[in-house]
Amino acid sequence: MITETIIAILIVCASLFMLLAAIGLITFPDLPTRMHATTKSGVLAVCLIMVAVGLYFSETEITARVLAIISFILITAPVAAHAIGRAAYFAGVPLWPGTTKDELAEYYSAKEDQENSR
Amino acid sequence: MLAHVITFSYISLALALLLAFYRMIRGPSFPDRVVALELIASIVIGLFGLNAIDAGVGAYLDIAIVLALTAFLVAIGFARYIQVRQACDN
Repeated sequence: MITETIIAILIVCASLFMLLAAIGLITFPDLPTRMHATTKSGVLAVCLIMVAVGLYFSETEITARVLAIISFILITAPVAAHAIGRAAYFAGVPLWPGTTKDELAEYYSAKEDQENSR
Repeated sequence: MLAHVITFSYISLALALLLAFYRMIRGPSFPDRVVALELIASIVIGLFGLNAIDAGVGAYLDIAIVLALTAFLVAIGFARYIQVRQACDN
């Protein structure tokens, strides 16, 4: 009974986080803020659902798969987000007009000119 | 109680899927669509985990593993594509 309650709480939290990620994807104004919304809460939601699955079955095989999925997602999601964000920044995707700080601009302008002239 | 919770979770995940799909077809720039695709992959992984609880079949987790792997490869491939396309335009 207690396990069932914990599973229910985990599932509800996960689906609400996933819904929040989707709402952030719709409402935020530019690409970095959208990635900020989706990457973190999406990963958290998947991890919560997988923990719920591991608690529900409580077998060794299932738990091993759950741990594999969680660790794989925790490793790959930041890498994928970094790759997409970096590629999009250099492809010149426009930032939100209210952006106050873009430290990458001054830092990379010299290097980018070098690459373009090559 | 768990059955009601699973139904609620199915509904909210489906709603999240619809919102992400809207951003994917609407997205102003190409990387926006890629980000939406990433979120769709996460949502479908969550749906398979939920389906494993609902059906009581642990084998659905294998699908979730494969989907996580291909989602990562898709993201890296699209990032590479964005960079190469921009280099070709210059």
